[in-house]
Amino acid sequence: MSWEPKIAGFLCNWCSYTGADLAGTSRLHYPPNIRVIRMMCTGRMDPVFVFKAFQAGADGVIVSGCHPGDCHYQEGNFKMLRRAHLIKRVLADLGIHPDRFRLTWVSASEGDRWARFSADFTQTIRTLGPLKLTSDSILEGTYNAA
Amino acid sequence: MKPKLALYWAASCGGCEIAVVDVEEHILTIADFFDIVLWPVAMDFKYKDVEAMPDGEITLCLFNGSIRNSENEHMAKLLRAKSKVLVAFGSCAQEGCIPGLANLFTKQQIWDYVYKQSPSTVNESGIFPQPINKMPEGTIEIPTMWDTVKPLNQVVDVDYYVPGCPPQSDQILNVVVAVIDILKNGQPLPPKGTILGAGDKTCCDECGRERKEKKIKKFVRPHEIIPNPKECLMDQGIVCCGPATRSGCGAKCTAVNVPCRGCYGPPPDCLDPGAKMISALSSVIDASEPEEIDSILATLTDPVGTFYRFNLAASILGRGQMEVRKQS
Amino acid sequence: MSSEASGDKKLVNLTIDGRSVEIEKNSTVLQAAHKLGIEIPTLCHVDWMEPYGACRLCSVEVIKGKRRRLVTACNYPVSDRIVIETINDRIRRVRAMIIELLLGRSSNVPLLQELGKQYGVEKSRFGEGTEGCILCGLCTRVCDEIVGVGAIAMDGRGIKRRVATPYDEESKTCIACGACAAVCPTGYIKVIDDTRTEKGVPLEFPTGPTTSIYVKTLQSVPKVPVIDVESCIKMQTGGCGVCATYCEPGAINYNQKPEEIEVDVGQILISTGFQTIDLKKFAQYGYGRLDNVYSALEFERMLNATGPTGSQVVLKNGQEPRAVGIIHCIGSRDENHHRYCSRVCCMYALKMAHLIKDRTKAAVYQFYIDMRAFGKGYEEFYHRLLDEGVTMIRGKAAEVVEAGWGQRDEGVLLIRAEDTLIGKFREIPVDMVVLCAAMEPQHDADEVGRLFSISRSPDGFFLERHPKLDPTSTMTDGIYLAGACQSPKDIPDSVAQAQGAAARILQLISRGYVEVDPIRAEVVEELCGGCRMCNNLCPYGAIEFVLDKKISRVNDALCKGCGTCVAACPAGAITGKGFTNAQIMAEIDGLFAKPTQGAKA
Repeated sequence: MSWEPKIAGFLCNWCSYTGADLAGTSRLHYPPNIRVIRMMCTGRMDPVFVFKAFQAGADGVIVSGCHPGDCHYQEGNFKMLRRAHLIKRVLADLGIHPDRFRLTWVSASEGDRWARFSADFTQTIRTLGPLKLTSDSILEGTYNAA
Repeated sequence: MKPKLALYWAASCGGCEIAVVDVEEHILTIADFFDIVLWPVAMDFKYKDVEAMPDGEITLCLFNGSIRNSENEHMAKLLRAKSKVLVAFGSCAQEGCIPGLANLFTKQQIWDYVYKQSPSTVNESGIFPQPINKMPEGTIEIPTMWDTVKPLNQVVDVDYYVPGCPPQSDQILNVVVAVIDILKNGQPLPPKGTILGAGDKTCCDECGRERKEKKIKKFVRPHEIIPNPKECLMDQGIVCCGPATRSGCGAKCTAVNVPCRGCYGPPPDCLDPGAKMISALSSVIDASEPEEIDSILATLTDPVGTFYRFNLAASILGRGQMEVRKQS
Repeated sequence: MSSEASGDKKLVNLTIDGRSVEIEKNSTVLQAAHKLGIEIPTLCHVDWMEPYGACRLCSVEVIKGKRRRLVTACNYPVSDRIVIETINDRIRRVRAMIIELLLGRSSNVPLLQELGKQYGVEKSRFGEGTEGCILCGLCTRVCDEIVGVGAIAMDGRGIKRRVATPYDEESKTCIACGACAAVCPTGYIKVIDDTRTEKGVPLEFPTGPTTSIYVKTLQSVPKVPVIDVESCIKMQTGGCGVCATYCEPGAINYNQKPEEIEVDVGQILISTGFQTIDLKKFAQYGYGRLDNVYSALEFERMLNATGPTGSQVVLKNGQEPRAVGIIHCIGSRDENHHRYCSRVCCMYALKMAHLIKDRTKAAVYQFYIDMRAFGKGYEEFYHRLLDEGVTMIRGKAAEVVEAGWGQRDEGVLLIRAEDTLIGKFREIPVDMVVLCAAMEPQHDADEVGRLFSISRSPDGFFLERHPKLDPTSTMTDGIYLAGACQSPKDIPDSVAQAQGAAARILQLISRGYVEVDPIRAEVVEELCGGCRMCNNLCPYGAIEFVLDKKISRVNDALCKGCGTCVAACPAGAITGKGFTNAQIMAEIDGLFAKPTQGAKA
């Protein structure tokens, strides 16, 4: 069986989750690789979950919330925007390609946008290939014989 | 017969040992109550003495240092078998500490740098340490260095933890006195996994500085400003890991204008202190435009080294990954 | 009464012109005479200033036993059992002399001429001066004692005595309050008011108050006067205070300060209304540049019976307009300003047209894009207006310019517009233009929105919870909307919405408790170190810092459960009920768990 990207999606309840729902009810076609976890707001999105998702086996993490200014909770998405900037930097420092993480805005009426983003992000992850977490066994086998 | 006490020093700087000695005259109380059977830094015992003991012979083992090489791992497993109570003593044993930052690189990268590329090294023939060296006089074995530094509990089962880099001497004494008390009076031990010699709140709880609502426009490093001694360092833009660090140290650093670096480990419900610091700090950045966010974040130096200084090895990802090379 | 008499207000008994009167001890003879309704002529006296005794016109005779002597009534204190005569031959002679002397100085003052007739002084033997000032000193005293400025004073002695500013230079301290002119009995002092025409018609009739103490509108609730702190002399200089002397119940309180009153409430109805678009943005219509171009609100004020013209439709020159043009949609339905329809303009424009027709003979032109007569009885009103002969021109006016001389017999202004129904460009001469300015959100709507944690729709008005099913509530529980702060709407719609909101509020009050979503954040106090990272993050202000415990706490009733603080708490001391870390971590584990053999079957 060929490799399929596994992507964790953290979607806010009010915009993107509903938007993704709309994509479904509108019978839009898009890749099934994103596995969605619903949150009330992207403001709830803890960087811990990003690292946890990568550790658990995700090849990519996408967070999607309301458009800036449209947050149901006023500015939760701005908090996430700030976190996203630091998360990307830390991911790069930790040796994970920052493109494996993405923050997008999808409103409740933008089912097509969600479908488009899903396809695009899945393609990005497909290009990056599977995330091979460095484990002891791989490394020790390589270098300890020296 | 006196209960037996072992103290061991794996991959660590030795500060934990000094902290033990820093209990001053109380060391005599300890020596009086316990029969010390292993303490490489202070007393002359051999590994084979320990190996010769029956399992569970040692009542209490305070194990400091992370597991960096084969010797550390061997001793961890040995002392686990021989000890009734194994305590991960200090930050290295608890969460990897500074040695754990080596996990941002592979062993090969480290060796290449240390034995070849560093400016002060001349190694034209490319000689690297070999675990086994046959010499005319016989065979020399040195421990094999592992690729990943691990905290003690990733190698063996650990009963209790004493956090700190190093644990504060007063807290060490508290712990030891409490253990003596338990052993003397036959009281039940605390539940497994308990963090000893520390509080349940964060460093902020012990810090006397006055805190305000946070809004950060610029991060500064401690040497760049003269901090106001009464105000929260974070409020002044200095990155202080106190909010994501367990209480117990007495906030000694912040009392002298030095930001908390996080050596007392995560507070009870903190899943990954590094990630939590990323979350907290970025949340209070006072900007909403991507360019402004970036310009503020640009004043933050080395986020991984700052937030994961003590706990990279125990963090969710555990170590740096090799997909993209860190710019060293 | 007896207790009162024994106090400060000790009463004395005296007789004036044979009638006895009881009055407080420290009163003057003039006051006692007034109490009896006896008139004593005065020139230099007003009730609200200290007596001065400059003009001597109030001279009366005091009789104590056999002794009679002349005193000035205005400043002579009463005493027990004295007898006063306010008029007799001697007094008449004295007053006549005073008047004759004053007439000799200022024969042109009508007040003196009138007095002269009363006292038989037709012509002064001392000449026919035209000075005008009688040196009563009212002006200098009011300026000094009441206003507290002291910009004018008496200068010189004897016949050279006169009222002047220091060194006769333009006063730097005069605040142009006009008090001196107001008290001057002869009209010698005048305030040059260049806002009025010669006829006394205001050049620009004011739409705001004209005095420092005023009743806002006759429809004010409560209908009490207010004092404008900026222009009140008492509040600015500490002087004046005249209004207080006239207010018998003593209701005027100059010490009142603007104060913040904290009221604990459980629910809030926001009805902060709207503002109209700044018409100065529309230079093409000449507002603020051309005379007789008004905003609809100004014109409404003119139509008001309590307005500056007493409901008369007049031009600035006091004449009736020959034609009035009403231009709709200034800033509304306009890509460059507001895309929305302000909804109320069509109907109030029709109402104005009706009133103009009712009160004047002017022709009325309406320049409209679409006539939106959507409410109950509105369409019928529109047809009534057509019958009344109001001219409807479909097309937005392009500009308002001054008419050329050739067109001035019809109107001094010219409205240029396209009439889209006949497909022609038209120029309509009018005398007056009314601009229907767009309704727009209040300038501080953003601030208010943030204060109450409510959102705004793209047009800037406050956003209701649901446009159809919940148009009075907001996303913040306990905050409701009514009126034009939510969207432009007319009075019936505002009232309906407000009543709906009031019912919603009463619903909760009568129930007595509030149901909250179980999704809430909670601070575990045992774990909170009080770093205050979360304090500023809550968009609802639900996180408070408990100073004595040095911890933060979430107010359950305010929290909406967004989880921002949960994610940001560096200690992990905040849990988000319904979305706990453990739950989400388990979800992540579950998402990427390898399917077991059993699960496949």
